[in-house]
Amino acid sequence: MQFELKHITYGLLTLFIVLNYGLILQGIMPKIAARVGRRYGIRWYQPYIDIIKNHAKRSKITHGIMYYLGPVFRLSGGIGLLMFMPVIFGSPYFGNFSFAGDLTLVLYFQFFGVLGMALGAGESGHPHSAIGVSRGLSQVTALELPLTLGVISIAMQYGTLRIADIVAAQQGGIMNWTIFTNPFAGAALMLSFLGSMGRAPFDVVLAPQEIPIGPPTEYHSGFLGILQLNRAIFPVAKLILFMNLLYGGATSWPELFIKTFFIYLWSVFVGVAFPRFRVDQSVRWFLGVPLLFGIIAILLI
Amino acid sequence: MSKSDLEKRTVMSPDGEPIEINPLQDYFCDAHPKVHEPVLPIFEKFLNWARSESLWVLGFGTGCGAIEMRPLMTPRFDAYRFGIQWRPTPRQSSVFIISGYLSVKTLKRVIRSYEQMQNPKFVIALGSCTINGGMYWDSYNTIKRLDHYLPVDVYIAGCMPRPEAILAGFEKLKELIRQGKGEGANLYAQNFDWYKANQKKIIKDWDMPDYNW
Repeated sequence: MQFELKHITYGLLTLFIVLNYGLILQGIMPKIAARVGRRYGIRWYQPYIDIIKNHAKRSKITHGIMYYLGPVFRLSGGIGLLMFMPVIFGSPYFGNFSFAGDLTLVLYFQFFGVLGMALGAGESGHPHSAIGVSRGLSQVTALELPLTLGVISIAMQYGTLRIADIVAAQQGGIMNWTIFTNPFAGAALMLSFLGSMGRAPFDVVLAPQEIPIGPPTEYHSGFLGILQLNRAIFPVAKLILFMNLLYGGATSWPELFIKTFFIYLWSVFVGVAFPRFRVDQSVRWFLGVPLLFGIIAILLI
Repeated sequence: MSKSDLEKRTVMSPDGEPIEINPLQDYFCDAHPKVHEPVLPIFEKFLNWARSESLWVLGFGTGCGAIEMRPLMTPRFDAYRFGIQWRPTPRQSSVFIISGYLSVKTLKRVIRSYEQMQNPKFVIALGSCTINGGMYWDSYNTIKRLDHYLPVDVYIAGCMPRPEAILAGFEKLKELIRQGKGEGANLYAQNFDWYKANQKKIIKDWDMPDYNW
């Protein structure tokens, strides 16, 4: 890849657009969920105010170096996932830093943030953080299995580990999308996607009214602000990944917004319709039907 | 953890060497809270607006008034549309609602939770019990005036105040914060000795560090 200064500018521009899109999504999606419950819900710009407020806290305390690095790991996981993916197909600049083996790296980055969080929360000394982290990690591990099987199936189908090539192979009409040409891999991916978005029924690991809310229990002020920034960037990066793998990618920003919005809506629909799983139930669920779909996808390809 | 675990004692290390441990000093910081001055007025005004529009309430029901806060989350009153959200941990919250009478036993937990919240933090006192003791005015086991123990920003009178009154109280708190009057945390730091003396007068078995953040 020829590296130019322009790439950095466009990388930052991508980050800026995705951050704002993510924050607006973070405001709109709870609003949609609230309307299902016949509430008005939060204002769509509430996530912006929350971030400003958290950074405006005057005091913060620290528990050591790993405590600082936890949010940094998490944020770099989100930004890394975004930067190594072709965001806009065919654009010489919004391809950012994607390269020949980016699919493998992207799979790795999915796990990166959670691990950083585990390190940081461990240092906070909170007695419940170990419970929170192990619950979160066990769920992520379970949902990675169908995800990885689906991704390997897609990689075998197109004979490449480069996301840009996978997108290119899906051009030329809706029936060329992977979700139609390889439905079992698509099903495995979309079911594991439900878990990775952290919404009901898989949000017990982050449930706000649980005693251990998981890793972020001790994080506050600016630390929490950084985590919130990542909570805006990371879901959109994941949405773009799923759009690239299953729904033919996007050739312009408006197309990206529309497609990712509807992919996100899938997890919101499931979230408002089903009650929460306990962690052991969700692990068992991921190792059931989604895993089966993943194995079928591998066998059929 | 029992009370005896907090006492100073000598234990044997795995190497066979006796070492002295003092949990209250080893595990907690007993430094006094600091006063955090506001920044330049023009920035402070903007930041105060953000603070007032994003009130994170600590989900800690101390008395019978906690039952009046639940309707605020449901469709009928829906406080979320005013930027009020409930958080489970004191670290992340900015508003502490003392919901009704406060027994001596609960006061201890309230002080610990309050001190773990980060500056700026606000306290809303709910119900008559927090103003003058209310119907518990002659009880041996509840406190009478909350602002002897914690700096209170807004009182909401009533026994119990209805959810509408609580929403009105939130609006009042927002107004105070926007005017730059929500400086309870700094007040607590400035008059720290007075507040501590009052708290220790009530809590007889003081088995925690003086300031635990």
